[in-house]
Amino acid sequence: MAITREEVLHAARLAWLALTDEEIDRLTPELDKILDAVGIVAELDLSDVQPTSHPLDLVNVWDDDVPRDSLSREDVLANAPALERGLFKVPTWRQ
Amino acid sequence: MAPVVDTLRLTAVEARGLLERGEISAAELHSAYLDAIDERDGELHCFLSTVERAEGDGVPIALKDVISTKGVETTAGSKILSGYVPVFDSTVAARCKSAGLPLLGKTNLDEFAMGSSTENSAFGPTRNPWDPTRVPGGSGGGSAAAVTAGLAPWALGSDTGGSIKQPSALCGNVGLRPTYGTVSRYGVVAFASSLDQIGPVTKTVRDAALLYSIIAGRDPLDSTTAELPEPVRLPEGESLKGVRIGMPTELNEAEGIEPGVAEAVANALALAEELGAEVGECSLPRSVRYGMPCYYLIAPAEASSNLARYDGVRYGLRAQGESYQKMVERTRDMGFGDEPKRRIMLGTYALSAGYYDAFYGQAQKVRTLISEEHREALEQFDVLVSPTSPTVAFPIGERIADPLAMYLSDLLTIPSCLAGLPGLSIPCGLSEGLPVGLQLIGPQFSENVLFRVGHALEQALEFDTVPTRWRT
Amino acid sequence: MIWEPVIGLEVHVHLKTRTKMFCRCRVGFGAEPNTQTCPVCLAFPGALPVVNRTAVEWTIKLGLALGCDIAEHAVFSRKNYFYFDNPKGYQISQYDLPFCISGKVILPTAEGDRVIKIVRAHLEEDAAKTVHVGGRTGRIRGAEHSIVDFNRGGTPLVEIVTAPDIRSAEEAKRFLQLLRQTIVELGISDAEMEKGTLRVDANVSVREVGSSELRTRTELKNMNSFTFVARGIDAEIARQIAVWESGAEVRQETYDFDATTGALTPHRAKEEADDYRYFPEPDLVPIEPPADLVERLRSELPEQPAARIRRLESELDLERATVLVTGGLDQLWGDAVAAGAEKIAAANVIANTIVGAGLDPAAVSAQELARLVDARERLPRAAFDEAISKLADPGFSAEPYLAQEAVSDESELEPIVARVLEASPGQVDAYRSGKEGLLGFFVGQVLKETGGKANPRVVSELIRERLDS
Repeated sequence: MAITREEVLHAARLAWLALTDEEIDRLTPELDKILDAVGIVAELDLSDVQPTSHPLDLVNVWDDDVPRDSLSREDVLANAPALERGLFKVPTWRQ
Repeated sequence: MAPVVDTLRLTAVEARGLLERGEISAAELHSAYLDAIDERDGELHCFLSTVERAEGDGVPIALKDVISTKGVETTAGSKILSGYVPVFDSTVAARCKSAGLPLLGKTNLDEFAMGSSTENSAFGPTRNPWDPTRVPGGSGGGSAAAVTAGLAPWALGSDTGGSIKQPSALCGNVGLRPTYGTVSRYGVVAFASSLDQIGPVTKTVRDAALLYSIIAGRDPLDSTTAELPEPVRLPEGESLKGVRIGMPTELNEAEGIEPGVAEAVANALALAEELGAEVGECSLPRSVRYGMPCYYLIAPAEASSNLARYDGVRYGLRAQGESYQKMVERTRDMGFGDEPKRRIMLGTYALSAGYYDAFYGQAQKVRTLISEEHREALEQFDVLVSPTSPTVAFPIGERIADPLAMYLSDLLTIPSCLAGLPGLSIPCGLSEGLPVGLQLIGPQFSENVLFRVGHALEQALEFDTVPTRWRT
Repeated sequence: MIWEPVIGLEVHVHLKTRTKMFCRCRVGFGAEPNTQTCPVCLAFPGALPVVNRTAVEWTIKLGLALGCDIAEHAVFSRKNYFYFDNPKGYQISQYDLPFCISGKVILPTAEGDRVIKIVRAHLEEDAAKTVHVGGRTGRIRGAEHSIVDFNRGGTPLVEIVTAPDIRSAEEAKRFLQLLRQTIVELGISDAEMEKGTLRVDANVSVREVGSSELRTRTELKNMNSFTFVARGIDAEIARQIAVWESGAEVRQETYDFDATTGALTPHRAKEEADDYRYFPEPDLVPIEPPADLVERLRSELPEQPAARIRRLESELDLERATVLVTGGLDQLWGDAVAAGAEKIAAANVIANTIVGAGLDPAAVSAQELARLVDARERLPRAAFDEAISKLADPGFSAEPYLAQEAVSDESELEPIVARVLEASPGQVDAYRSGKEGLLGFFVGQVLKETGGKANPRVVSELIRERLDS
């Protein structure tokens, strides 16, 4: 098995996805099959190879510390699902 | 009365000519496309939204719905962004606006650009204009189908592993995946940051070059962009004398390539030789076998992180929850479809403690290998050629239950994406009555070469982009 | 069993750049909520980060001031986790390739130099601000819901991590004072704990003296001043020793220290430790600090505080030298002494009164200060205090104050002293039964009666004569 049900659950927990039992049952064999297929990268001995993080060889891309206008508060809050006095309202943390 | 516009045939360059000569107004042109949408989009479902008023005096354009458009809903094909209206323009949308191109509408796509058939859209699939029982390809099926069906003179798509080129191949039009870093990703809903690029979807290579010249170039808002080393040249010529075309064995003889597809590409290459090109073989020894595994580790890993911002706090869908965590978890479970969920899980797993080195870390090294192999092959050849897609458009529903089978649709486009290389797909013939696409891959920043070769071939091939069933 | 504390500190420094780390929204306090935000720091779909160049330069400068090696190839990484104040669902920070590594801070002590190693200093973005509504204390426990203001989100932060080289709470405090002064002198941050521009977390464990093992450590957070940090560390050391000595094991936990109650409260228990799944930030390219930039920044560094302490020590003593240097007062002291002030007296006056009066040392006239120090014995206290408070005023002259004389005439003061002592029989008894600190109370009362004009030294002696007889 490339991935077990427990490992699928663990990944779902890390990714804050509340998967239903039905979803876990359905996704686990699919993920297993996919991981089997992608796992073949392990066949290659690449100990001397540098990883590529960026396709272009750019370095030192940055901006001067000069302010640009921020969004108006109206724009900021335009798509907010819930608000309180100009702040984004969310349910609180609970154990 | 407004002049009659044959939207099925009109190219963007031709449309520009009509406007410049005053033969039609921008508003009339825009209306003509809206009329066409009324007529044919009921069947095809290319558009998720349309814009009534033409704002701009240029050739109207459709944008894939991952591209943020200020004041116009942008859903990324997902329930989690249903109703989300950006308060800012993506850079590419802004550049189109500056060039006077009115926004026609937002096109359908696989959710979060994840897919190869547009069947993963939360809002229903798009159908292939050549055969509405078949897929238009994905993830940018909406844009490709719209251009072929004459519902937009041109469009922008996004390509991560083939999401521009493959739909163009399946719909019989031109799609360019630019060199990574030449087109800004600012404001484009991110899937895989080191792979995503925005590019033109058009009827002709000249149109593609024109649109590319409008959107390309360094953007101070996107740190991964670079200036173009030379200006974009609209292709003119018809000769391919001196052009060295390489055919990587592994791409051209990959398992799963339909005989009709291989034949169409072979015919096109014979034509290329007649035009003066030198065609030879080359090898990308490990790029095809390890390309897909590499891609399906890197892309989901980056995606799992890019999609973490969809939590119901600041925009988009919000589910009920007695606690913050429950609210977020349920929002994400309700809002994401299966494919994003699969990729988030895959990506999370590939990055997680104990697995990073074997999966993500290793894939990053495989990527280096693939770049090297392409670089070496491109030392001897100006462009590499292969079919864009192993098959012609497949029936809707055929692969949706088998994710791995779906992933194989991108087998041939993925390797060059990993290397950050540009690729131009042009239609080169029909197989079983359906379009076959041929891809031209070049070194970084070689778009002008791709345009030149593509244009010459296109002229010689004389492929009719109007679907057979609509030809009179 | 003799125990030895093993302490490491993680210090977060808020850089006072004009704009945020990865977008050009203004950084600043007091703005209306969510008015200093943009698609980037709000994590709208499609937004992308762009590095603040000044923040990078200041980080390198700080690393140099801490004796660090500056990376030739530095990379930003994503730290993935979900929290209210983290809108992207990841924080852009640094992981395996930070800007600065392997530095050290030298803490001069009476027993020689203590070296506190700096493991690394890296650059990252700060989180947004969440307010928890409905609970009693405004904290998360018992809150009904929470509200989030993203103004602060994205502010540049440098995180400095020390090796676990610190051996006492007091040492931690002195280290922090020295570190803070170093930071302030670079002009990159105000570094004030009370304002939140400097935050300190402590990692604490204990072990047998002489052993080199590292036992389980805990993390202390949410302490608002250096003094509270020291108290929290002391409390935690005591707690851990008690745990080990009872035969149990210290568990790895995070605690909040409440300075008013002295209580250590464990954080919300997490089922599993966070797996941050670090990977290089694909939306940013690596930074390779050019050699000439690094050299220019190095040439701009002020002299190391430790070196200045040792220099001053030879003219004063370690204690006074440390206070002056970590308070940024040594320049003023040097100038006052050059203007004629006596060394120790000048040190005392500067250390005790300049800071207390809220004066900016750079604005103080060293000349006039020297004159006041000189006259301090004979001036009325009130006059002296007033003169000090005005030392930073432009064009200040000590002249008018020098003309005043404190009343030293014992025959004038005797009756007043008598009156004061008569009026405070309770305190007199307390003094006679041992509370010698009340001497200051009596002196204060006499000064009050004389409008500050009495010579405190003479008064003090008169009182002692009366009470000790």
